[in-house]
Amino acid sequence: MANFYTDNKDLKFHLTHPLMEKIVRLKERNFEEKKNFDFAPMDYEDAQDSFDKVLEVVGEICGDIVSPNAESIDAEGPQVVDNHVIYARGTEENIYALRKAGLMGMSLPRRFNGLNFPIVPYIMAADIVSRADAGFVNIWGLQDCAETINEFATEEQKEKYLPRVSAGETMAMDLTEPDAGSDLQAVQLKASWDEKKNTWMLNGVKRFITNGDGDIALVLARSEAGTKDGRGLSMFIYDKRQGGVTVRRIEHKMGIIGSPTCELVFKDAPGELVGDRKLGLIKDVMALMNGARLGIHAQSVGISESAYREALTYAKERVQFGKAIIRFPAVYEMITTMKAKLDASRTLLYETARFVDMYKTYMHISDERPLEKDERDEMKKYQKLADIFTPLGKGLASEFCNQLAYDAVQIHGGSGFMKDYPVERIYRDARITSIYEGTTQLQVVAAIRGVTTGGYLAQIRDYEAQKITPELEFMRRTLIILTDDYEQAVKK
Amino acid sequence: MKGYKIIVLAKQVPDTRNVGKDAMKADGTVNRAALPAIFNPEDLNALEQALRIKDKFLGTTITVLTMGPGRAAEIIREGLFRGADDGILLTDRAFAGSDTLATSYAIAQTLKKYGNYDIIIAGRQAIDGDTAQVGPQVAEKLGIPQITYAEEIQSIENGKVTVKRRLERGVEVVKCPMPLVITVNGSAPDCRARNAKLIMKYKHAKTVTELQVANDDYIQLYNDRPYLNIKEWTVRDIEVDMNELGLNGSPTKVKKVDNVVLQSKGAKVITSSDEDINQLMSELIENHTIG
Repeated sequence: MANFYTDNKDLKFHLTHPLMEKIVRLKERNFEEKKNFDFAPMDYEDAQDSFDKVLEVVGEICGDIVSPNAESIDAEGPQVVDNHVIYARGTEENIYALRKAGLMGMSLPRRFNGLNFPIVPYIMAADIVSRADAGFVNIWGLQDCAETINEFATEEQKEKYLPRVSAGETMAMDLTEPDAGSDLQAVQLKASWDEKKNTWMLNGVKRFITNGDGDIALVLARSEAGTKDGRGLSMFIYDKRQGGVTVRRIEHKMGIIGSPTCELVFKDAPGELVGDRKLGLIKDVMALMNGARLGIHAQSVGISESAYREALTYAKERVQFGKAIIRFPAVYEMITTMKAKLDASRTLLYETARFVDMYKTYMHISDERPLEKDERDEMKKYQKLADIFTPLGKGLASEFCNQLAYDAVQIHGGSGFMKDYPVERIYRDARITSIYEGTTQLQVVAAIRGVTTGGYLAQIRDYEAQKITPELEFMRRTLIILTDDYEQAVKK
Repeated sequence: MKGYKIIVLAKQVPDTRNVGKDAMKADGTVNRAALPAIFNPEDLNALEQALRIKDKFLGTTITVLTMGPGRAAEIIREGLFRGADDGILLTDRAFAGSDTLATSYAIAQTLKKYGNYDIIIAGRQAIDGDTAQVGPQVAEKLGIPQITYAEEIQSIENGKVTVKRRLERGVEVVKCPMPLVITVNGSAPDCRARNAKLIMKYKHAKTVTELQVANDDYIQLYNDRPYLNIKEWTVRDIEVDMNELGLNGSPTKVKKVDNVVLQSKGAKVITSSDEDINQLMSELIENHTIG
């Protein structure tokens, strides 16, 4: 009977940020769709009420089903049977529950049977699911690959694939290969045009593919024979119903065990080109990666939340030397630092999500009509902020999440090292967050330009100038001092 | 295949599973104000069985029927959010104080008036009274067959429903012609969660009374979208003999309510020694728990 949304007041706080009204108005094009869709909102308040009610369902499913299943999924794991993935039983139950509740395709347009939610409430759902089971969120959260289809595919492709995602089919993004990890320019999987069959054919191997046996996959492949760099790569949609891809094996991982990490063999698998040829890496993958990084940021926050809660509960219950251990300074200091890191990660998450919402929504509007000058300027402003904050947030939150998991185990003492408590799993699950979708070191590379050229500084100075209540004035002073230090540190 | 017309009988009950200190009043009656009102759990199992029929047979409709005070409309919305098509709230002061006999009379009269049903599904019993009588009494009053303790509605073929029953010592599979009443056990699958789109579609659904008291910005909606008007029926909408309703129609009288507190001193420690086990076995055989 737990509810992972209503038991966490911070979520509602972020959901009702003042910028949300603008985001929702833009996203809903002034609430036009209420004429055609019986579930479209009437106005901003109505939309907020819907987010709240839907997130309550997410919280309920996560509290009652996903979280209780996490332990057995971790023990059982997925398997490969006849070259295809069989999920753990609990994973199937989770997918069934979320599908029945209509929680797939949350951010897709209504005409493709999506909920047309902005990124913020969608990411909030990801935050909640991650707290329940960090491995499962990878399967559920891959629905945001559909965003890339929505952004770059033809109308025909959108109509063909997006309603299937809304109906609950799972996705995968097939990028990595044995010799192309962080360096995706080295991708070799071959795409060749078959005149007779009038389709592209994919041949080769992909490795470390999360949910690699998903129903619909985006595949990065070399469409230009003889090329060696990123300019010879294009993006393709592979539809599992067509056949041609087999799962050779599933990796045996340290954590997120419920999420099958597959080695895939493509043998004359038909692929549909999505977006522009030769721009697979440059455009599509960058969009995919930015979405995925925000997803991992959310996953890191969810894991941090569960680590913090487990540590807090244990510290209150565990009695040593005649009192609960939370009453010892060494322990409560750890707990308060954990909470500070958790809040910082979450604040950065929703701040980034709002930036992404603003610019993506303008971008979609610009497909329908030319933007006014101030709209264009605003889009550029938020795009720039999203570009800075996405790697920065992912890098910071994933490192914090590892630190929180470490501290949560530490607070449990010897018990935390045993499989008897969830922190043992949380500790293993946390480890991947600072590695995949770009290591922390690569996030630094991606964020550094914004940091050194003043974009980030301007934004903090902007926070400094915000109106706040008098009781919080002391925080403004802290912020100014820290920002001055920061400015000194990055000065040439 | 045109689908089936299903009525789900549901009750709003105080959540007796999470009982706090103030759950009982000094006089021994239930303090309803202190307990959150919820959808009776086994009625949710019943609704899930109905929804599974709807998933399988296109064109099936589900109507949630509940009797209770005005706020019981919440139960109907909960049903709509999960996939029911409409609902009837049966509410009237004249129903107050009804025992199972008077309740089943009111429900049966409502169903006679409403007509148009193939299957009536209810939870086995409600967690506030635990009588398990209303479902069977409704079937008797309507003169149709009943299947109790259902765990799974396995199939519907040629006008007959096949149901797996969960009994104390095993399972039984029975077949029965429609129309019929089925009461569902808590051992049946849990009800699915509320559906995001249905929540957004039906969240403004209200009864007439609720509309009158609400300061609603969307008043025009109720004309444009008829499905947002939840049917609210009173004694005037059904044919009833007033003497059979409420307290008048309820032969059940509460003599006394005891507040039972289970204490650990009633516990008995039994070790794994042969002597203790033999003693326990003979006690259990003696009081017919086993054997």
